[in-house]
Amino acid sequence: MIAYIIRRILYAIPILVGVNVLTFLLFFVVNSPDDMARMFLGQKHVTEEQIEDWKAERGYHQPLFYNVEKQGAEKLTKTIFYTKSVRLFVFDFGRSDSGRDISFDISKRMWPSLAIAVPQLIVGLLVTISLALLIAFFRGTYIDYWAVVICVALMSISSLFYIIGGQFIMGKILRVVPISGFEDGVFGIKFLILPVLIGIVGGIGSSTRWYRAIFLEEINKDYVRTARAKGISEQMVLFKHVLRNAMIPILTGVVVILPLLFMGSLITESFFGIPGLGSYTIDAINRQDFSIVRSMVFLGAVLYIIGLLLTDISYTVVDPRVRLN
Amino acid sequence: MFGKPVFLITDVLIIGLVFVIFAFFMYAMRKPHLRKPWRQVVRSKAGVISMIVLLLYISIGILDSMHFHPKIKNSSADSESQYSGEIQSIFDQIVVEIRNSTEKTYSAPFAAYLFAKETVQLEDGTKIREYPRLSWGGVHLDNPEQEKSADILNLAVTGIVKAFVVWLVLIVMLCLILSVRANKSFSTVIKNIVSGESDVPWRTISITLAVMLAVLLVGAEWATKYHVLGTDKVGEDVLYQALKSIRTGVVIGTLTTLLMLPFAITLGIMAGYFRGWIDDVIQYLYTTLNSIPGVLLIAAAVLMLNVYMGKHAEEFVSLTQRADLRLLFLCLILGLTSWTGLCRLLRAETLKLREVDFVQAASAFGVGPTQTIFRHILPNMMHIVLITIVLDFSGLVLAEAVLSYINIGVDPTMNSWGNMINSARLEMAREPIVWWSLAASLFFMFTMVLFANLFADVVRDALDPRIAKQ
Repeated sequence: MIAYIIRRILYAIPILVGVNVLTFLLFFVVNSPDDMARMFLGQKHVTEEQIEDWKAERGYHQPLFYNVEKQGAEKLTKTIFYTKSVRLFVFDFGRSDSGRDISFDISKRMWPSLAIAVPQLIVGLLVTISLALLIAFFRGTYIDYWAVVICVALMSISSLFYIIGGQFIMGKILRVVPISGFEDGVFGIKFLILPVLIGIVGGIGSSTRWYRAIFLEEINKDYVRTARAKGISEQMVLFKHVLRNAMIPILTGVVVILPLLFMGSLITESFFGIPGLGSYTIDAINRQDFSIVRSMVFLGAVLYIIGLLLTDISYTVVDPRVRLN
Repeated sequence: MFGKPVFLITDVLIIGLVFVIFAFFMYAMRKPHLRKPWRQVVRSKAGVISMIVLLLYISIGILDSMHFHPKIKNSSADSESQYSGEIQSIFDQIVVEIRNSTEKTYSAPFAAYLFAKETVQLEDGTKIREYPRLSWGGVHLDNPEQEKSADILNLAVTGIVKAFVVWLVLIVMLCLILSVRANKSFSTVIKNIVSGESDVPWRTISITLAVMLAVLLVGAEWATKYHVLGTDKVGEDVLYQALKSIRTGVVIGTLTTLLMLPFAITLGIMAGYFRGWIDDVIQYLYTTLNSIPGVLLIAAAVLMLNVYMGKHAEEFVSLTQRADLRLLFLCLILGLTSWTGLCRLLRAETLKLREVDFVQAASAFGVGPTQTIFRHILPNMMHIVLITIVLDFSGLVLAEAVLSYINIGVDPTMNSWGNMINSARLEMAREPIVWWSLAASLFFMFTMVLFANLFADVVRDALDPRIAKQ
């Protein structure tokens, strides 16, 4: 097991190198730091000195890959590639273009993101699994047919509508919860209810339909028929046999996204004014802060790879048939 | 005809795509094994309803993809014709009335008065604040308070009558064709349709057609006199914007998949067929791309495009062309983030297929890899490709709205549902609220995505051999 995990981590390294090189190419080679400076300072009336100052302030004044002016190892370390990209491997994100410490911001902002994402995931799973099981119980009837149609209709609605509509109904007409904002501690819960609720409602359509498909696939298998033939009631079959076996694909599907919960949701957080990593990213995109976007791309890739690793491990934990090799 | 034609890049691609689909259709009609699954699609009720609705959307999209520089009127007959620098589409010509019917600012659906009060000077010099009349909407009424509802009803009845006539003509033609082809009497055909006893659900088709024609023609009737869905902040008709957004949605939904197909197919088959180091490299490539969160990759790429466009501003002749290039780029980058899924599927399928007897037999006879791939492997996984094209469509349309909302979507000058929602979301906070812009974009997007989803389900059920067997 440990040997397997170590091997998988070693596999992850070339992928991270690939991500790193790709983002580097995207951010520094397709457009030179000069272009970024001009963009940041405004297109017109920019003197060369201003651009040089802007670059020097942020460490973009060095050459890309190879510094001829320096001696020894510094030929390689005093470059943009080393200071901006290689440093990401030790999670040294450096400073944003507006001068703030990115690592500090990330460590502070991931908690609000988690406060939304974790309850949303747990409650959402409970709701959708129960609904899907209920639909599977009524499979082949009109209830099943219309439930699927409703699921398709729900997933055809833009997530923007769920947010705007939810804010309008709950916050403006019923006035039960505040429309947006965030507060630390227990009193902050009132700010979390609406985004969590909307997140769950928005996801019901697609997940219920997907879980229903998983259940139906399991229901048609031989061992379920055997269980029924032995005279076990339909409820017992569903809960004892189908649900348990269907949990394998459902849980492993959830494990992939677990690490990414830290990143938060871009849209939800910006609509509800939650100071998480999602709104951090959006702000960075809107302010054209390249350093932050670059850091988040790298962080996202790391978390995704951890998710893949966790999935493989969780397969062996929940499904004894799977052997690692 | 109208003026000098302009071929935007996405226009060429989308019209090319229509030709490809048509060619495939003609080809498939002649092959029984290709015709069978599509016959199943046409025989399901959900399949035909969604097909008709999608066809309507797509034809609007195609009409809106034929652009030209309109001729400037009043140019003397003998001299060379003058063309305006503006780019219009054939669809703009069809809806020219609502296109040019701008008001000063917001007005509610079917309103005859503006949404905001204005100071108006009366003839005797006194000034009062009141809601002024619109310059186009309901301008034919002398006394809107009393006449309006009767007028709206009147127009609706006219529209329904027109729709009924058109529908009747279509249905009679259909019955005639059916009776000639099946060699039955006209009355038996009608009886079969009414009782719903036909192979193809003609009854469902005719009801769908009737509803659609009624909505279309009543809407058209209303749109000649009123702003059916109101006007937005700068007084532009909301219905016009929502209709223009169809093209953006269709382009993103289809071109994205089309642009990524060559990569996904080539790489997927190569990885599965040749295995070894080629497989390793390709797997490495798509795992790397896949591990970057999609939104962030798109954001990063669009930021870079902004910088590039800022630097090369002089290369773009007109705003429309610039917006078009940005749309194409968005399709490309969305394709870049979405080809990995299809590539993985195709790789797995190729791994399976290359061990199948007929492929083994082909290589035993000395058929080279290129020919084996084109003859035996590619045709046997076209169903996966087709299912992916249809399944991805709705997701991409929804993604456009979200991306435009965070300003990394299509150009802000381009009509799109995402841009409409983006500019409308603050209007919800107004008192009284301005809801029509938001409602219109969400409704149009919802209907297109819903029917695309339903269609995708039917197509998947028909094409996927795993499901078809059950």
